Amino acid sequence: MDALRDVIYGSGLLHVTWGTVLMWSAAFLLMFLAIKKQYEPMLLLPIAFGMLAANLPLAGLMEPGAGFLWRFFHYGVEWDIIPPLVFLGIGAMTDFGPVIANPKTLLLGAGAQVGVVFTLVGAHMLGFDLREAAAISIIGGADGPTTIYVGAKLAPSVLGATAVAAYSYMALVPLLQPPVMKLLTTKAERQIVMRQLRPVSKVERLLFPLVSTLVICLLVPASAPLMAMFMVGNLFRESGVVDRLVKSSQNELMNIIIMLLGLSVGATLSAETFLRPQVLMIFGLGMIAFILCTATGVLLAKFMNLFLKEKINPLIGAAGVSAVPMSARVVHAIGSEANRKNYLLMHAMGPNLAGVIGTAVLAGVFISVLGG
Amino acid sequence: MEIVAYVPGKVLDVKVAVGDEVQEDQEVAVIESMKMETKVYAESSGIVAEIRVKPGCMVELGEVLLVLK
Repeated sequence: MDALRDVIYGSGLLHVTWGTVLMWSAAFLLMFLAIKKQYEPMLLLPIAFGMLAANLPLAGLMEPGAGFLWRFFHYGVEWDIIPPLVFLGIGAMTDFGPVIANPKTLLLGAGAQVGVVFTLVGAHMLGFDLREAAAISIIGGADGPTTIYVGAKLAPSVLGATAVAAYSYMALVPLLQPPVMKLLTTKAERQIVMRQLRPVSKVERLLFPLVSTLVICLLVPASAPLMAMFMVGNLFRESGVVDRLVKSSQNELMNIIIMLLGLSVGATLSAETFLRPQVLMIFGLGMIAFILCTATGVLLAKFMNLFLKEKINPLIGAAGVSAVPMSARVVHAIGSEANRKNYLLMHAMGPNLAGVIGTAVLAGVFISVLGG
Repeated sequence: MEIVAYVPGKVLDVKVAVGDEVQEDQEVAVIESMKMETKVYAESSGIVAEIRVKPGCMVELGEVLLVLK
């Protein structure tokens, strides 16, 4: 009888609360969105399961010092190992041709980040302290690993919620961006045709990651963990001589790291951290951030057109919201809708990729100003 | 005139045949780029003289897809 009592008391069943059940439902909802609706499944599915795992009473998966998932979170995310490795993989997968062919797009990548700054001010006014506000507003950069990196460094209490918000809104880009893009542009502007991108030489492709690493890491050293890894991945790719490393970075490395990232970040979402009114505000601010970044990207493109002889189609500014390549696809679709002679996809990839750099640099700025 | 690929990717479909008359802005092919189906439209009207690609082949940015007379 004693043994039976021990088993019952040792089980987590007695510790299940309404909060626990709510968290399970939230986890199941995310799994449904990931599996049925295919919202960013590669990240949302592990995050959702991590959320479930964190809400298994007495399982102790997130027990500090002892929990299995805690160890991945602590040594992988808090110790800055996983997010930079994700950037290595992304750099190995990225073709910077569209950026090199049209360097003006780097400005558009920066323009979209202005929306993050506006959101930061708004979040702070709503009561979040500056570090939390930075971690929340960086959602607008539409970059999952960067959002997680800033969250881990500046405001771990909001990390899980910002990650879920970031990946959810990335999946919603086709819904969130078009209204903003159409509101801020005239039909005539949307019809502006952008012709062929010039071909880019191998030398340019090799110089880009090297020069970028030097310039960015010297100017914003706090962005180095992400940027240096991004650029070395890109260097591997463009060198053409380390195909095995490139393939591994793009596939095996990315797949393993993403699983661990999703699980460990999701596992920070215990009932205590998630079931707070602030989380609703975080979701709201995340959406606002996406919208504002789309707007500032488009507006900067329109502004640039005042000074350009060969006009750019302002729609591509929206691709500065670096959900790669979702925003670029949206830009292409809306451009094609306005004018069938327009093929904006590759032109939009310029700001799209520049936006990844822009978000990482901005993250570095936040961390150096607000961190420590 | 040549109809070129403004996006790199895989040709999914060619909607016309040699000898067909096409109108400006008529859909002539579909290319999959960045996992998105992009439609290729004729930039002017004419008669299809050559088709240089077929479904399944990969095209680079700027590669000629069709030639119109």
